[in-house]
Amino acid sequence: MNDLERLDRFLRTDPRDVGCDEAMAVLHIYVDLVAGGEDAAGRYPGVAAHLLSCGPCGEDFDGLLQAVTGG
Amino acid sequence: MTAEDLDEESAAWLYRLGDGEGERQAAERELHARLVRIALAEVRRRSASTPVTGRELDDIAHQAADDAMLAILAKLGSFRGESRFITWAYRFVILEISSKLGRHYWRNPPVALDAGQWERLPDRFGIDPVRHAESAGILAEVRRVVEEELTAHQRRVFTAIVVDGIPLDALAAQLGLQRGAIYKVIFDARRKIRRALVANGHLEETGLGEQR
Repeated sequence: MNDLERLDRFLRTDPRDVGCDEAMAVLHIYVDLVAGGEDAAGRYPGVAAHLLSCGPCGEDFDGLLQAVTGG
Repeated sequence: MTAEDLDEESAAWLYRLGDGEGERQAAERELHARLVRIALAEVRRRSASTPVTGRELDDIAHQAADDAMLAILAKLGSFRGESRFITWAYRFVILEISSKLGRHYWRNPPVALDAGQWERLPDRFGIDPVRHAESAGILAEVRRVVEEELTAHQRRVFTAIVVDGIPLDALAAQLGLQRGAIYKVIFDARRKIRRALVANGHLEETGLGEQR
């Protein structure tokens, strides 16, 4: 990815993005789906879009997934 | 939800935590010990991305586990079995850690609020120093849009998060706002800046394809 692409990617917004509150409200459900190998992003596309774009919520997702998988 | 709808482990947790006898105390001790273990692992996982260090990190982990435990017991009746019980419970401690790390950031902040370190913007976007001159035009336009087209609130939040690299949860704590409110400001600012960069020919309307 070149420099301009990185900036462009940061500035692009996804209209499916549900925001922090909605994503965090279902984080445990989403994480269990991921941990179980199910299509979490397919079930919750707005949450998937948000987790890709929001650093803190992505960090919470990573932490919870690690907590429940022990990985 | 009935106990029959739950997986065996979740049903056992609910049964034990709801028991009026000695089993409840044992279950609470076991759950608390697990929360402490998860919290300690989580603050260590995040240690590279926070100025909080050492004993303070361990203190945050223990406080997060204590507060999560209280919240879990208070909200036990709202567990609807949409996930495993332990995943639902661990979510409380993970979110507590985020919130506490945000507040503790200001005890020894590496950058002050409203510092406005625009000279560091190329680094924020990972732009190679040898290419700073090439990107100077578009970054100058980003700054112009921020200064001239964003609202005062959007400008302050964007500058703190994107230009100065203040963690979003730390800014939320400092401004007394929820994480989601800060994120929405950044979301709107990103859209506004990109629209201006497209209008001025710095970026194409499309070009990266579908965003993941």
